[in-house]
Amino acid sequence: MALLTAPAPAPVAEAGVLKKRRKLHDDLTGHGFLIGAVICFAVFMWYPMIRGLVMSFQRTRRGVTTWVGWDNYVRIIDDPSFWIAWRNTFTFTGLALVLGFALPFVVAIVLNEFRHAKGYLRILVYLPVMLPPASALYLFKFYAYDPSEAGLFNALLTAVGLPTSEWMQSPAMTMPAMVIASTWMNMGGAVLIYLAALQNIPGELYEAAELDGAGILKRIWHVTVPQTRLILALLAMMQIVATMQLFIEPLILANGAGTQDSATSVAYLIYQHGFFQNDLNGAAALGVIMLVVLAAFSAIYLRLSTRGDS
Amino acid sequence: MSVPQYRKVAALALVAGLGLSLTACSTKSDDGGTDAAGKVTITVDCQPVAAQKELLDNWNADVAEFQKQNPDIVIKSISVGQQCNNPPDFTARLAGGTTTDVFYGYMTDLQQVLDSGQAMDITSYVSKDTVATWDSVDPALKEVFTDGGKLYGVPVKNYSMGLVYNKTLFRKAGLDVDNPPKTWPEVRAAAKKISATDKSVAGYAEYSAGNTGGWHFTSLLYSQGGRVLSEDGKKAAFNTAEGKQVLQNLKDMRYGDDSMGSRQLLQWGDLLTNAAAGKVGMFIGAPDTTQAIVSQFKGRFEDWAVAPLPGQTDLAKTTLGGGEGYFFKKDLTKEQVEAGLKWIAYQKLTPGKGQFDYVRAKPQNYPVGLPQPLLFAPGSEAQKQEVELRKANANVPIENFQLFEDKQLPIVGEPRDAQAIYAILDSAMSGVLTDPNANIDTLLKTAEEKVDQLLAAGS
Repeated sequence: MALLTAPAPAPVAEAGVLKKRRKLHDDLTGHGFLIGAVICFAVFMWYPMIRGLVMSFQRTRRGVTTWVGWDNYVRIIDDPSFWIAWRNTFTFTGLALVLGFALPFVVAIVLNEFRHAKGYLRILVYLPVMLPPASALYLFKFYAYDPSEAGLFNALLTAVGLPTSEWMQSPAMTMPAMVIASTWMNMGGAVLIYLAALQNIPGELYEAAELDGAGILKRIWHVTVPQTRLILALLAMMQIVATMQLFIEPLILANGAGTQDSATSVAYLIYQHGFFQNDLNGAAALGVIMLVVLAAFSAIYLRLSTRGDS
Repeated sequence: MSVPQYRKVAALALVAGLGLSLTACSTKSDDGGTDAAGKVTITVDCQPVAAQKELLDNWNADVAEFQKQNPDIVIKSISVGQQCNNPPDFTARLAGGTTTDVFYGYMTDLQQVLDSGQAMDITSYVSKDTVATWDSVDPALKEVFTDGGKLYGVPVKNYSMGLVYNKTLFRKAGLDVDNPPKTWPEVRAAAKKISATDKSVAGYAEYSAGNTGGWHFTSLLYSQGGRVLSEDGKKAAFNTAEGKQVLQNLKDMRYGDDSMGSRQLLQWGDLLTNAAAGKVGMFIGAPDTTQAIVSQFKGRFEDWAVAPLPGQTDLAKTTLGGGEGYFFKKDLTKEQVEAGLKWIAYQKLTPGKGQFDYVRAKPQNYPVGLPQPLLFAPGSEAQKQEVELRKANANVPIENFQLFEDKQLPIVGEPRDAQAIYAILDSAMSGVLTDPNANIDTLLKTAEEKVDQLLAAGS
């Protein structure tokens, strides 16, 4: 047996070396492509995240940084604006989910039914997304939400005989006003994604439903919704994560905190502590709290949606 | 190379790459600011932006002239925006260590600058030998940049608050332009008349957002004789009869008389835009606010006059004062500090030069003749020269500022942690200006709790 098998090792070893070289070559190429992305992520994402976490347990005074344990967290939670900011953020997220999540779906379904001028309508719906958010919000601030009767929305309300509102100056209307502006600005992207999903639904399903006597609402409920369930779930998740980071709307529409903290969001409170209150460490602590909340939410959501799939 | 070895190389490359990219981000000077030829280089910020063409030309001319007189010094000018100190940008520069060698800051920034560890103690460098007019500089202003007996900045400009009023709107409302309101009840009556003449005009306008609300609350409180913080600076002291009076006056004008306009949550530019458009009868501000109205917001100088700040029963007991200066970055060399001081002395603290070159400024679109800055102590040699030059070259109607200049009220500086406190007090201001049912006691109590907590955390 030894004689028979003796000549074999040479080509095997050669093949092994070649294989290793090829693997190494592939690895090098792969990692070469990766390195740029890894550096970008490391410098602009991971390093700031780790630095933020470290800073949240430190305090810098007189150029001297000391470890302070949970002090920053305690201080941030004791801030009278802390719970208000969370309440506002959740209110915005909830309202944005009702309006900002449902409306694009309805608009997509309506647009999908059109036989003519489809392109124009899609451009019209997508147009606000192309406006820089700051410009769009200034339009709302100065024209739509002007608290006098000259404001666009107030003029419309007056025209139909309804009482006017002070919009961003009214604590009760601050959140709905921010949700309206935000939905108008961001709806276009979601509508396009829904439209793409709707066009993938086989027409036979609708035909079959129609033959079974299903009306429009039943067809949407029994065909459209189940067929776009994954996209709906994904967009809901993205919508919640994005709206929880509410920042530019209060900053521009309410000049920050708004009337008596009615517009203060968690992200704005981070900005306030970091850049106006000489408290970067407190801001870092609040950033970590927000990260934990969002991560916990995402984990629960993923768990639930995976369970639903299985 | 085996795979594990290759991984080591890749890891090393990654670390080296990271190191390189981080080094690239660093702005630390590596030559000590002095080159082989012995030239000292310093970077200085607050160079005017391109939109401020004449100011930029003046600055560049000053740099050229200074460098001609001091061939061993090179000034590298950096522009950081029209406002020079937009608080978020300033904080970011401090936190990132990316300030210039000699950097601009507000008087209220001292604590933040010290906490960041970016400032240098310049006590031993500053004297009349390095800054010729140093002994003339108002000691109260030097004090603002001093902490624990050490000097950290050089004051270059200051202001105090008065009542800014639109003479054209006063005349329209039948008010006497030469006898503006001296008390808050008189302000209220005048505001009511102005708004009654034209409903689109706010008789009196006030800030309530972007920290400017808190800033003006402080000023209004000082006018009543109140203070924001206790003597030791450890507790809020505005939840008092004076603080309540401030908010009550505003609430009465806003909802009692409807004389403050419907659009609130105003911050700096918002109010001045309205003022320039002829939609504001009165507001409180420093004399140079009129400069912003004219040069930035296209208003007219002849419309505006400034009077001393009103009080509740007579003129204000005290008025808020503040200003700006230059700090020196830590780790500068002795030569750099001396060069920086020389530049500031030349451009900011010499009558007839730089910011006081009134002959140059007279034909330009910037005002000469405003009773500001009050940088030099009254009666000092530099002050006499400055006032003489200012009056000789005035290009604005100085009579519009005479009432303000004739009655100098005692100035009180801004509180410690001013910007953080102002952010909190914005809420009290926005409360009375946007909610007819706002409870003043609750607003002040909430703000008091927040400020106490802020002070406790910072101590």
